[in-house]
Amino acid sequence: MLAEIGHFALVLALGIAVVQVIFPFAGYRYGYQNWMAAAKPCARIQFVLLLTAFAVLTSAFVQNDFSLAYVAQNSNSALPLPYRISAVWGAHEGSLLMWVLILAGWTTAVSALESELPDDFVSLVLAVMGLVSVGFLLFMLFTSNPFDRLAQVPADGADLNPLLQDPGLIIHPPLLYMGYVGTTVAFGFALAALIQGRLTAISARWIRPWVVASWCFLTVGIALGSWWAYYELGWGGWWFWDPVENASFMPWLLGTALIHSIAVTEKRGSFKNWTLLLAIATFALSLLGTFLVRSGVLTSVHAFATDPARGVFVLALFAILIGGALALYAWRGPGAFSGNRFEGASRETFLLINSVLLAIATATVLLGTLFPLAHEAVGLGKISVGPPYFNLVFSLVMTPLAIALSFGQFARWKSDSASRLVSSFVYTLLAAVGITVAAYFSLGGNDFLLAGVGIFLGALVILSVVRGIWDRCRGRKNVLLTLWRLPRAFKGQTLAHVGFAVTLLGATVTSFYAVDEHVRMKPGDTQNVGHYEFDFVGLKKFEGPNYRATEGHFIVRKNGKTLAELYPQKRFYHVRNTPMTEAGILGGLTRDLYVSLGEPLEAGSWSVRIHYKPLVRWIWLGALFMALGGVTALSDPRLRNAKLARVAAGSAAHNG
Amino acid sequence: MTSNMTPGVTPRMTPRQKRIGAVVLIIMGMGIAALLILTAFEKNLMYFYTPSEVAQGEVPTDRKFRIGGMVVDGSVVRNDDSLAVQFDLTDTAHIVTVEYDGILPDLFREGQGIVANGSLSVDGRFIAAEVLAKHDENYMPPEVAEALAKAKPTTPPPNANSKY
Repeated sequence: MLAEIGHFALVLALGIAVVQVIFPFAGYRYGYQNWMAAAKPCARIQFVLLLTAFAVLTSAFVQNDFSLAYVAQNSNSALPLPYRISAVWGAHEGSLLMWVLILAGWTTAVSALESELPDDFVSLVLAVMGLVSVGFLLFMLFTSNPFDRLAQVPADGADLNPLLQDPGLIIHPPLLYMGYVGTTVAFGFALAALIQGRLTAISARWIRPWVVASWCFLTVGIALGSWWAYYELGWGGWWFWDPVENASFMPWLLGTALIHSIAVTEKRGSFKNWTLLLAIATFALSLLGTFLVRSGVLTSVHAFATDPARGVFVLALFAILIGGALALYAWRGPGAFSGNRFEGASRETFLLINSVLLAIATATVLLGTLFPLAHEAVGLGKISVGPPYFNLVFSLVMTPLAIALSFGQFARWKSDSASRLVSSFVYTLLAAVGITVAAYFSLGGNDFLLAGVGIFLGALVILSVVRGIWDRCRGRKNVLLTLWRLPRAFKGQTLAHVGFAVTLLGATVTSFYAVDEHVRMKPGDTQNVGHYEFDFVGLKKFEGPNYRATEGHFIVRKNGKTLAELYPQKRFYHVRNTPMTEAGILGGLTRDLYVSLGEPLEAGSWSVRIHYKPLVRWIWLGALFMALGGVTALSDPRLRNAKLARVAAGSAAHNG
Repeated sequence: MTSNMTPGVTPRMTPRQKRIGAVVLIIMGMGIAALLILTAFEKNLMYFYTPSEVAQGEVPTDRKFRIGGMVVDGSVVRNDDSLAVQFDLTDTAHIVTVEYDGILPDLFREGQGIVANGSLSVDGRFIAAEVLAKHDENYMPPEVAEALAKAKPTTPPPNANSKY
């Protein structure tokens, strides 16, 4: 009975979403203010309805109601309670429900927080977001209803995919979805601006906090996914260029470009059309990500859905929303060279270079992700694009990006001189070269050339950021106080750029200096990896709640001194009949030591994987810095002052 | 790249010339970048072949590719003191022997569909750099299911029927 209430709530939410679309658009077209006012209450009612549906589904999981097909397929009475709850979004139908719930959440946030914006503008934004919601609700009700009942109720469920039975996977999808779906807000703002035919510096400022907020969620979500893959897949990789990873990475790359482009539009009134296009494209890639992951077109661990009808539906939705948005952009978009002029050597130039480079990076990832699908679709056979392609093109794009980022720190807005830039940059450049040389002597290695480029770029970015702070404090009496009083937007930007460099350094060093040994060991054996000794002490077997496990016991030593004891496991999940590897990891800021069990061989031996991973945690640490930078920038009180400016601009817009 | 193309360095250039110079530079840069990217792309494309196509010599010997099939029952032979392993892969019509040195994935077992990356040796064995198996007991990699269907169009591939 409860499930029918959930289903009914979904149907009602669809009806409300339709009203949320039609009334504001019609009201705008014919000038009925009171019709447009329907958008806000609709957004809130929709949120409450979807929250109800979500709560119903969660309670079905908690109570093991296997009469629901979705629960029966993804849960089991032996599954621990936290995983029964996270199983709600563990597969296709439930994660779609979460998608629309989060969309309704963002929509409600816009309706509640943007009270100072002109009402007609907010209504249009809500209507666009409502349109997206209509699409997804239709999709869910017609192809993937989580509340479908089974005619024959099974005695027990098929269990949650063991890969997803992990604390990291409880919060990874919600964070990622917050990020994905958050791009809908920028999309809504961009479309509302296009419909009204204006994108002023002030409306760019309106978009910015929403873009930064969703970008922060996406950053943490992607980092968490990478971290999860590292410890849960059992082979120590942290990024595979898997299509599903790419699907989340592409909106992140374009979102980064969007943040920087908005900054210019806001400060200088330039790049208006580029900002609008990026806002549309970022949302398009979020939709594409949903399509890639949810349609089952990919051969990937993440693609649980295999029903082609779903793919066709999402593709149609994609074509309507994005095709419509681009048509509107072509029709109403500002002229290509509108906005204020700037010179070749100015901060605008560097920001433009970098947002174009980020767009190129996105395009190369898109090529590598979609080309195999297209190739197969036209009947040319199955192909795949190897990680070396992505690694190479990505380093090709990141090199000029890091240099332009460093230069951009020094460049003035509007107009600057190249010679002044070069002369103020020269010491920073020399210092970065010095650090790279020092790294060469401490790390060495035969192919230092490529690793050296990465280290140099990371050092250059950090040094230029430090130099930027120094420039602001120089000549002040109380340096600490000056530092403290720096605007939060500047602190946030600084933190995010340092985060980028930290991730870059971590990725470079761990890619070039990691040691990866596959060895055959039996209890009593010792293996040397790097400067570390790994003693295989023994094995023991035990029963978990829904699996049985073999646990290895390893002692890690350095120079005869015991550092840690590691307990990697090989688990066997009963219901799904699936083995899983749980790695034993000794984490640290400078290096991780990683042991995982392969498989039992004859005579009590096991195949064992031992990794030494220098600086691998920097990859995720840098991502945390980036997200923290975003949050810091969001907390800038000037955003609140900007709200005052909005009131003035809003009333001016009403009068004018 | 000559310095007089850089905007703001040579004072004698008119703004128009500067702009043209910048545009030429950008187009050249984009062209070089596109060339590099597409070359890298072409080099890293891996085609997928079935054991039958490999056995019939339809496969290039000079580049890496992917192969997929079922591991033949009883064909897995391990080395006694290393992780070297060899096994036969079939699409039910032909058999290709695969050699691999390393840890096999959790779901690797006889009778299971797998996909491997690597290249052919001179004597027609497949030297795998990577072996992949799907993380679901009832799930046949789609490539393998298709390869089996191609080799024997009338019988459905074993193991491909899902439990739910």
